[in-house]
Amino acid sequence: MHIHIPDNPQYRELKEYIEKEKGKKGPLIKVLHKAQDIFGYLPKEVQYFVARELNVNLSDVYGVVTFYNFFSTTPKGKNEINVCLGTACYVRGADKVLSMLEEELSIVNGETTEDNLFTLNTARCFGACGLAPAVMINEEVYGHVDRKKIKTMLAEYKSKEE
Amino acid sequence: MAGVPKLDVLICGGASCISNHSHDIKDKIHEELKKKGIEDDVRVIETGCMGPCELGPVMLVYPDKVFYQRLKPEDIGNIVENHFIKGRPVAEKVLVSETTRAIIEKEQEDADFFKKQTKIVLSNCGRIDPENIEEYITENGYAAIGQILTSSNPDDVVETIKKSGLRGRGGGGFPTGRKWEFVKNAENDQKYVVCNADEGDPGAFMDRSVLEGDPHCIIEGMSIAAYAVGANKGYVYIRAEYPLAITRLEHALEQAREYGFLGENIFETGFSFDIEIRIGAGAFVCGEETALISSIEGGRGNPRPRPPFPAISGLWGKPTLLNNVETYANIRHIILNGWEWFSSIGTETSKGTKVFALSGKIKNTGLIEVPMGTTLRELIFDIGGGVPDGKKFKAVQLGGPSGGCVPEEYLDTPIDYETLIELGAMMGSGGVIVMDEDTCMVNTARFFLDFTKSESCGKCVPCRVGLVKLYDMLDKIVKGNGELEDLEKLESLCHSVKKTSLCGLGQTAPNPVLSTLKYFKDEYVEHIQDHKCRAKVCADLVTYTIIPEACRSCGICAKNCPVDCITGSKGVPYVINQDVCISCGTCYDVCPFDSIIKE
Amino acid sequence: MNLDELRKLREKGQREMMQRSDKAQYRIVVGMGTSGIAAGAREVLRTFIEEVNSRNIKDVVVMQTGEKGYSSKEPVVEVFTHEEKEPVVYGNINPEKAQRIVTEHIVGGVIVEDYQVIFGD
Repeated sequence: MHIHIPDNPQYRELKEYIEKEKGKKGPLIKVLHKAQDIFGYLPKEVQYFVARELNVNLSDVYGVVTFYNFFSTTPKGKNEINVCLGTACYVRGADKVLSMLEEELSIVNGETTEDNLFTLNTARCFGACGLAPAVMINEEVYGHVDRKKIKTMLAEYKSKEE
Repeated sequence: MAGVPKLDVLICGGASCISNHSHDIKDKIHEELKKKGIEDDVRVIETGCMGPCELGPVMLVYPDKVFYQRLKPEDIGNIVENHFIKGRPVAEKVLVSETTRAIIEKEQEDADFFKKQTKIVLSNCGRIDPENIEEYITENGYAAIGQILTSSNPDDVVETIKKSGLRGRGGGGFPTGRKWEFVKNAENDQKYVVCNADEGDPGAFMDRSVLEGDPHCIIEGMSIAAYAVGANKGYVYIRAEYPLAITRLEHALEQAREYGFLGENIFETGFSFDIEIRIGAGAFVCGEETALISSIEGGRGNPRPRPPFPAISGLWGKPTLLNNVETYANIRHIILNGWEWFSSIGTETSKGTKVFALSGKIKNTGLIEVPMGTTLRELIFDIGGGVPDGKKFKAVQLGGPSGGCVPEEYLDTPIDYETLIELGAMMGSGGVIVMDEDTCMVNTARFFLDFTKSESCGKCVPCRVGLVKLYDMLDKIVKGNGELEDLEKLESLCHSVKKTSLCGLGQTAPNPVLSTLKYFKDEYVEHIQDHKCRAKVCADLVTYTIIPEACRSCGICAKNCPVDCITGSKGVPYVINQDVCISCGTCYDVCPFDSIIKE
Repeated sequence: MNLDELRKLREKGQREMMQRSDKAQYRIVVGMGTSGIAAGAREVLRTFIEEVNSRNIKDVVVMQTGEKGYSSKEPVVEVFTHEEKEPVVYGNINPEKAQRIVTEHIVGGVIVEDYQVIFGD
């Protein structure tokens, strides 16, 4: 298989990192974390590049990428919304929060809005159980979420765009 | 104002408080101090989790020991002016104050949150600056490793841990000293110690709080373990979802190297040891020790059959000691205070304390530490403050997706490894989730199976297929299509999955189903026979009706209905078309006049 | 790093973290209400801190508090011990008296009865 890898700063940065980690034991997951940091997700080309540079099988790379929830093979929207589905949040109505968000954004869990502004995902407990039900938008955690709060949260991010 | 005493102002930097904007409070304090020109007199320190997450952001002021709660930036000017400068704590924001006569303890109830606890693992959490190694050293930090390196041999250390009675805090409860002995006795020129910080149970945030609040105690615990078993390299495997814990630990590792607690020739004894962080990538199964090892090696987190146990053949085939965060956090205290002290705390079979994360339908959510043998009732009602909003307690869930639900009649059971197993739950990592009358137990069982089925790695059939089948059966019951025979099938499949799965995930995944079947069978039967969900949670078994007499025809319900099944007009009561209604409950939530009933 | 260096670091830290210690044998509390400050409490407070620091006394915390309600006796200083709930209360304290309290009460362990305020007087 031959996949063309463009010579650009992103790939150069990744290559530099790989050179540093190559000699250490078991570097694959570390390298993939870095790659996702750089590219935002792990498209086929990036996986191919990692396999080639680390001298491992592409199937091994693919196997690892698809095993872990953290790695994504599709691009994400500008803002990532994660609804906590941990037990504490569930007990306090997280499933309802998820369906409210699906309704507000007109997408289902896992999808990205057409304007590419939001990706909706679920997470397993980010440890903000004291604030249940909790939602995380990018790095920001919102606690005690209800319909009203969802509307203000989303409006806040939409207004940033204008 | 030179000479005014230094106040230590500790601001909680735990996850909950940060989410509640404790950083804004910190910035505001700095701003006010600057304005008043007293920056040199007040030391502001961000600590790890202080525990009472529900009351966040919280702040503790020393030396008065005044504990502030639910702070807002606008409170700070007043606190700086009156408390920091004039010495008068701002009463309406104070939770507890230990200063004699300064303020009378406001609510005895709230103070119970602190009084019933015994802090060993969390002794430094929320008290020291986790980013300052010298504060850790002041609290006797690195004294335990110094002591054993200079005056004990590895056999003595293993013996001390064995005699202390410490058992693994990650869930299983295997005697820690025996584990250490296995690795020590394994002959190999290369051995590893690993810290499992892949805290994956939903509702558990103990390990994260320790890593964020007192990272050096993990480094020291691992160093002692490494000396005892003969390892020179350690790994901490930590969840990617915990960025702050990772940053704090990285920082602590650098400081430890700089001060010579890690690296070559530690304490001038010729002992060498260093630690590397490995970041997980979101897979629950990686909490299982053999899967965790595969993941550190950089591959898929597939578990392997045991034996060989990691103590013989673990990381890269070498003898490997694997303990969890809380286990390592206990080590230095046992070395410094002696095994006799440690084994005097707790019950016959379970020694020391346990850290729990309280959440769910409980008044005081947060992080607490109690001696083993404390009863569930003390945990939930005395420390946790009970169920809020006048609701009735139904069950407490322990041990996460591997654990079970315990009903009211067993709340007086003292907590230890054995009693919880007898009740069909387990210690697990320490998540305690309280459920009230509004929680449906069948739905809860389905929730856990939904979790475990999607986290199954797929390697062995009982877990990969069995869990999906269990989920399907529960789903059928929740939707009102269950039959009584399903209950028997459900139970027998649970036992098959438990017996035949390869690793801990599959072996314990049926526990939430078995424990709810054991204690809440009537709820299952109700769902099947009466098509009724008493908690009014299962959407297919709940109907919403508008009471015509109470309806004010405002139309808000119709406007919000996602399937447009509500019709009506001004002056005429609105009506829900039951054939179209999906029982989402939106109308019920938005009705400003409580004119909709749910049954 | 060796054991001796570790001990020195710990001792240095203990001085810095005294404010947070549970083990403080004595807690010297100076009333810093309006009338206390007017009567010279700030100098008294400064004296205590300087004395405690310069003599390198380890298990003492010096702190301030608000108005205590004995304004005729200001500046008022309370000394709490670890074991006892009720403090020893000293009244009309000035920097010289503060030095004597440190020498006799804190270091020597003997209450300075001359300055003590006895309730019910």
